[in-house]
Amino acid sequence: MECKGEALCAEVIRISASDVGKCMRCGKCSASCPSYDEMEYHPHEFAYMVSSGDADALLESDSAYKCVSCLTCSERCPCGVAPSRLVEAFRIIKARERSNAAFAPERSVFDDGEIPGQALVSAFRKFSK
Amino acid sequence: MVKVSYYPGCTLKNKAKELDKYAVRCAEILGVEMEEIENWQCCGGVFCDSSDEVATKLSAVRALACAARRKTPLVTVCTACHNVIKRTLHALRYDAVFSERVRNYLGDEAKGAENAEVYHYLELLRDVVGFETLKGKVVNELKGKRVAAYYGCLFLRPGSVMQTDDAEDPRIMESFIKSLGAEPVIYPMRNECCGAYTFFEEKEAALKKGAAVLKSAENFGADLIAAACPLCRYNLESSSKSLPGGAEKKLPVVYFTELLAEALGVKEARYGM
Ligand code: SF4
Ligand code: SF4
Repeated sequence: MECKGEALCAEVIRISASDVGKCMRCGKCSASCPSYDEMEYHPHEFAYMVSSGDADALLESDSAYKCVSCLTCSERCPCGVAPSRLVEAFRIIKARERSNAAFAPERSVFDDGEIPGQALVSAFRKFSK
Repeated sequence: MVKVSYYPGCTLKNKAKELDKYAVRCAEILGVEMEEIENWQCCGGVFCDSSDEVATKLSAVRALACAARRKTPLVTVCTACHNVIKRTLHALRYDAVFSERVRNYLGDEAKGAENAEVYHYLELLRDVVGFETLKGKVVNELKGKRVAAYYGCLFLRPGSVMQTDDAEDPRIMESFIKSLGAEPVIYPMRNECCGAYTFFEEKEAALKKGAAVLKSAENFGADLIAAACPLCRYNLESSSKSLPGGAEKKLPVVYFTELLAEALGVKEARYGM
């Protein structure tokens, strides 16, 4: 069963152990994000949507899968909010709730014989949804 | 001879053999014996960044416990493995709930894991061997080469946990490059992301990220880029291939261990003189 509304936000906060209430909406996380252009919702929006108690749209959006887990947002956040952990929490919630749709390696059409194994293991972790 | 426990990880035994074999061979020359730990398992590639995730971190715990049993520091060469192992160690030390759950899973197998000491190979060179000692062992100076170190993400972040160096203005790779006789190039994108594992789902976006790193290094006058992670290298090379311009214009991307091996005379000179 999928959780929504306040319950979803509480679950995100529990998994991420992020103190979203500290966010001052400075936008530094999003300004640092290398995937900004590809995202519908950006790291600072993850922070304020979760803190506002309504983040259902983030569960439906693909934004979490545009994140490359570079951790730059969390490194540069002046308030210690760790937006990357919020993004990860959405990926985890989806993987746990819909794990029958795990990342299928055959989706990668370009195995050129060179791509390192670590990319495939990482993709299993990050793209199961 | 200093003995260390060595965790190679999946990719170093497969697609990135140049990282593995030159690291081990060069360590010998520098007085360090790298003993591979038994039955190591893949680290999972990425640290699962959640407070309640345990199973995905157990292979790192096993590696840590093995090194602790041997009473030797645990050394990694791939920065992705290093990130997972070091962050797991941090969680074992500072997250009581996590470490209790780990003990529930693994029992005695996890014993002592929190006491392990972890070094990335470059930290080993800096903190155990010493860059001055390394400099003294160089037989083929990489003189006149302008080498751009590529840190990427996982070697440095989260800065408070990794404590490799200043996460926003690191110098460890540049000091390494200097000790080989080459000239380090400091450029803005050296600690920005190469696109990571997103190549599978977001190929164009990944290529764009790699291209931005290459362009930045090129603009600052680099002759070549040195990387410590197989996926960083793959992404940068793939981006390079996708850019317009002849092959002769491309910036080579090499493993830092290849440069080390050349400088120490273990590998035929290709990027040096
Ligand atoms: S950098 Fe931190 S404080 Fe600033 S908007 Fe992002 S999460 Fe909020
Ligand atoms: S971790 Fe994800 S959200 Fe944060 S800066 Fe990197 S790509 Fe953007």
